Amino acid sequence: MALNWFKYSSPQTFYPLAGRLIPVFAVLAAVLGAVGLYIGFFVAPTDFQQGEAYRIIFIHVPAAWMSMFIYLVMAGWAAFGLILNTRLSSMMATALAPTGALMTFLALWTGSLWGKPMWGTWWAWDARMTSELILLFLYIGFMALQASIDDPRRADKAGAILALVGAVNVPIIYFSVKWWNTLHQGSSISFGRSPSMASTMLLGMLVMALAYWMYCIAAALMRVRSIILERERNAQWVRDLKGAPA
Amino acid sequence: MWDAFVAVFARDVLQAWRRRADWLTTIFFFVIVVSLFPLGVGPEPALLKTMAPGIVWVAALLAAMLSLPRVFGTDFADGTLEQLVLTPQPLPFLVLAKVLAHWLLTGIPLAVIAPVLGLQFGLEGEPVVVLFVALLLGTPCLSLIGAVGAALTLGVRGGGVLIALLVLPLYIPVLIFGAGAVEATVAGTGAAGHLSLLAAGLLIAIVLIPWAVAAALRIALE
Amino acid sequence: MNWGSLDAFLGMGGYAVYVWGSYVASAVAIAAEVILLRRRHRTLQAQIGRSSRNPESLT
Repeated sequence: MALNWFKYSSPQTFYPLAGRLIPVFAVLAAVLGAVGLYIGFFVAPTDFQQGEAYRIIFIHVPAAWMSMFIYLVMAGWAAFGLILNTRLSSMMATALAPTGALMTFLALWTGSLWGKPMWGTWWAWDARMTSELILLFLYIGFMALQASIDDPRRADKAGAILALVGAVNVPIIYFSVKWWNTLHQGSSISFGRSPSMASTMLLGMLVMALAYWMYCIAAALMRVRSIILERERNAQWVRDLKGAPA
Repeated sequence: MWDAFVAVFARDVLQAWRRRADWLTTIFFFVIVVSLFPLGVGPEPALLKTMAPGIVWVAALLAAMLSLPRVFGTDFADGTLEQLVLTPQPLPFLVLAKVLAHWLLTGIPLAVIAPVLGLQFGLEGEPVVVLFVALLLGTPCLSLIGAVGAALTLGVRGGGVLIALLVLPLYIPVLIFGAGAVEATVAGTGAAGHLSLLAAGLLIAIVLIPWAVAAALRIALE
Repeated sequence: MNWGSLDAFLGMGGYAVYVWGSYVASAVAIAAEVILLRRRHRTLQAQIGRSSRNPESLT
């Protein structure tokens, strides 16, 4: 596989490969998701402090992890595309952005629903939630910039620069928001998980995180296939696809 | 190399001088936005005093952002930018000259006016001085980060609004440390930490951002 | 097994709104993304299929 790696770096050869990989990742996501939910709802015990409300973490924490991780991967692909001038890398970056934004939104949504019963408010200007919100803005900026440039090559490169500037800025933003938060809030809201987090809770969370991983890969591959078709629609190999299975 | 730097800088300043009204609009925008807040939240002095640093800084962010399209816009329209990119001089260096001109024309006026606005909000003495210093250190960061957004959106559909979307999230650290410096002074904990972080951010931005802007300009002109 | 009955499961110890609000929203969002992605791909394939049969009508 390692030897063949470069063979798959062109859209033409990657397109069918992605088509074969999507079902694999989709099935893995479904199976892991089912197992994770089973552990989360039926094996993991009730938390003695948070009651049943803590069960939100099984989808909240994976979404939050993915939201941050996808941004880094996206910036990585974008940088790759900018430096090596490989079309497929840039397409991967573009394909990841909406899924990353969706994960960011879900992390905020579930975080808010978790926060209401736990600390009595839908939204707190806590360092993590605020950073997550800013991350959503960064995703939206990236997508808006790419959407408003008609030439795909320019859109790729401009997006790459924005993603890189953003990636350098993310730690600075996180640090500054944390600093701001400690100065302004001597308050009692504590996000620390109970120290005695049962191992089945942790297991459920990790399995769900893996499921989210698989889902995000599958979704990004689906989107990259569409992007390939859109950009290469006039290429001969795309026209020859006609009879090929979806 | 310095000659080119000075030439680009002088040209931008001269052009701005010929079109004074454009730049004055930005300054008045800043003053008007700040003046709107007491009308919106009520004239209570204690409330206004706590909100003052944040209001002045947010208004400065918006004003700096509004003036961004002009940094490269006119040069892009009349073809000067293309010449600039083709010169043998290092492009990041020339970018720095343009950013410096932008800072001189927006950042410094904002910093100079801000203390007056601060007085209107009941800030007195040391906090006003800190507000001025913080703006002096922070506005060049705004010009630098903004230049990336301006270069990326050159000739792009809906450029003006798009710049806001790209640039404002990246401005957040400057806002936090800038407003934080003034608030810390009001609270009596000293602004040294905030100001040194602003200065550190400025140094990093000066080193890194001109390269990003240069790359973005090359992409825009391809 | 944590739940004595279906009601207990759906009640989530009084936190039903929050827990199910999170899960349902996530499920809907993910399902919507998948549906939109599939539709986008189908539309593209249909367009390309049409234009390759009839090269004059390239969009």
